[in-house]
Amino acid sequence: MGIMKIDGYPVEFTDEPNILSVIRKAGIDLPTLCYHSELSIYGACRLCNVEDDRGRVFASCSERPRDGMNIKTNTPRLVHYRRMIIELLLASHDRDCTSCVKSGDCDLQKLAHRLGVASVSYPAHKGEHPIDFSSPSIIRNPNKCILCGDCVRVCEGLQGVNAIDFTRRGTYATVAPAFDKALAKTDCVNCGQCRVVCPTGAISINTNIRPVWEALSDPNVKVFAQVAPAVRVAVSQAFGGERGENVMGKIVAALHRLGFDEVYDTTFGADMTILEESKEFLEIFEKGGPFPLLTSCCPAWVSFCEKRWPEFVPNISTSYSPIQMLGSVAREYFADPAKNEGKKILSVGIMPCTAKKAEILRENLKRDGKQNVDYVLTTEELITMIKRAGIQFDRLESEAADMPFGMGSGGGVIFGNSGGVMEAALRTLCEGPERSAIEELRHSGVRGPGPLREFIFHYKGNEIKAAVVSGLAEADRLLRAIKSGEKFFHFVEVMACRRGCIMGGGQPTHAGVRTKEARKRGLYDSDVNTQIKKSNENPTALSIYQTLIKGREHELLHSHSH
Amino acid sequence: MLDSSFYAKTDEILSKYPAQERSLIPIIHEIQETWNYIPVELLSYVADKIGITETKAYSVASFYERFSFEAKGKYIIRVCDGTACHVRQSVPVLERLRSDLGLSEKKHTTDDMLFTVETVSCLGACGLAPAMMVNDTVHPAMTPDKATALIKELKEEAANS
Ligand code: SF4
Ligand code: SF4
Ligand code: SF4
Ligand code: FES
Ligand code: FES
Repeated sequence: MGIMKIDGYPVEFTDEPNILSVIRKAGIDLPTLCYHSELSIYGACRLCNVEDDRGRVFASCSERPRDGMNIKTNTPRLVHYRRMIIELLLASHDRDCTSCVKSGDCDLQKLAHRLGVASVSYPAHKGEHPIDFSSPSIIRNPNKCILCGDCVRVCEGLQGVNAIDFTRRGTYATVAPAFDKALAKTDCVNCGQCRVVCPTGAISINTNIRPVWEALSDPNVKVFAQVAPAVRVAVSQAFGGERGENVMGKIVAALHRLGFDEVYDTTFGADMTILEESKEFLEIFEKGGPFPLLTSCCPAWVSFCEKRWPEFVPNISTSYSPIQMLGSVAREYFADPAKNEGKKILSVGIMPCTAKKAEILRENLKRDGKQNVDYVLTTEELITMIKRAGIQFDRLESEAADMPFGMGSGGGVIFGNSGGVMEAALRTLCEGPERSAIEELRHSGVRGPGPLREFIFHYKGNEIKAAVVSGLAEADRLLRAIKSGEKFFHFVEVMACRRGCIMGGGQPTHAGVRTKEARKRGLYDSDVNTQIKKSNENPTALSIYQTLIKGREHELLHSHSH
Repeated sequence: MLDSSFYAKTDEILSKYPAQERSLIPIIHEIQETWNYIPVELLSYVADKIGITETKAYSVASFYERFSFEAKGKYIIRVCDGTACHVRQSVPVLERLRSDLGLSEKKHTTDDMLFTVETVSCLGACGLAPAMMVNDTVHPAMTPDKATALIKELKEEAANS
């Protein structure tokens, strides 16, 4: 608590953790390249330098606000420093912006413009490090790396993986896996969170736009898409719209214009996941174990469990994730010559997630050696395609998703939020007057802030102990507590990305607190506006149990070994 | 795969230190002393034993130039390329060594594991420039011809031992 002066104006502060936050609250956008509010402070880039009244220059991200401070953010000395820092970073940077995927969205480029770096007095640096294309999810280009360490702190601190780290030193320093191994050979779980925080093009999405585009222009291929819940609340801003607005209708329209023959809603697949997973849970609950049942829809989590906690792998639900559910069922549907019209079928998932690009390749999710989904495009790639095609997104009229897989329940749509899978599953177990039971569940603790939420749900006079966790480092701590017997749960939902898929590795970057909150709200509001709340009341999902998949649930909806 | 004697010896080294991150440097130092380099398998093995990731272990170890992850030859020749040695013609010495031994900037060790040729920034023997070291012995005022003679001598020494 106190008051400090910033550029001569008094600014009040309360619990801001550092001076930088106070400066930003005062409406000054001080440049930074190594500060993220959810990560530990590193204090390496020095762009956030400020000056006090004694002429002392220091990094504002690393100092606490004190009453009576007098801070200047824009003196000639500071401006000179900042420009020099950017010049130095550019000196050892592969400066080929025109062909860089990050161009237009790159913090380094933006700062160079903003701070007026007109020329760099060092020779341009040519790509010396090999580019790592080994991961199906992300591409590492160390020639674009400015060693800010953001990815290292995300991967180690938030995800508990530590697949990459600083190596060597001085001019040889790089951020890389141990022994410069290919990323695919490390414990990387493909979550893409490193890519979300990377300010430059050093970590980017491994894109599949080209093969999808080729298929779209091939008259002998029928291409269909499914759109995940979290995508619909993360597109609008890229086209000048509101943050967090649900623009599913426009996305469907845009995909139709891009040439997709059918556009389905992964919310349908989410309902199928819930139908199967809640059956699985009840069976285990009645049998008395083994507990806890762990959710299976997040592939980064599944991969983490396999690599770090093999003993818990048998606890993971065998139910397919939503994308696999829809992919598998649609494959059956299009096997009918009346439906495929003699054409080849291409199945595309539009996802917030880089890890889904790896999930579709998994052997234990193939049937007869064939993938259920051919390609995954992330939200970022969707936005790129819409822009490239020149579609004026903001002027599109909404369209409805196509049947028979175009409809989902409110439970299905909140899957994109941390806690959503659990809430949807428990909804199907709600007893008594529907509205009040659903309302009660909503306030049980399943929603709320924080990466870990523990709560109790009452079912037929029994207590179901449940937990919802997001971020793999947090999940790791939870598993340790479960293993030691310190904690006990019947049912645990795990999502690798903090806040869930709305903050997935394939979502548009630079999402601040307000955007995160708006995406979350966007999904909860979509639930409010859906008539059917429970997955087990989705009529189209229920009807295919009587037709398309009758008697084959186990074969078509479950993985057979993890 | 390394044979089991490597792991047995490493276990012996490990037993001297508490299983903590702090023990990493002394442990890998002993490993390097034992085999002249740190086999990659052993770095991962040690990391696992003291409860850190392999990535973290490599991050720490690669920070120090002294630690090497490549197997080295019986004779490790360090040619100084510091300022004093450089101006007094250390490069021709280095080039002669490399051409005599079939080595290059990329290939540091001979296939028979007899010689490793590296450069260092300053040996602290500037008065004797251009200087180089073979294992622990300093060789002052080098010339390309002296280098050739020395290689010949070392080869004979190795053949007779
Ligand atoms: S994708 Fe996730 S696990 Fe892999 S390096 Fe990036 S942050 Fe780490
Ligand atoms: S890869 Fe990106 S996030 Fe990681 S250190 Fe380099 S610039 Fe920073
Ligand atoms: S939380 Fe969602 S977006 Fe993140 S890795 Fe898991 S499935 Fe993908
Ligand atoms: S943001 Fe403060 S040093 Fe980088
Ligand atoms: S420069 Fe060679 S010993 Fe100092």
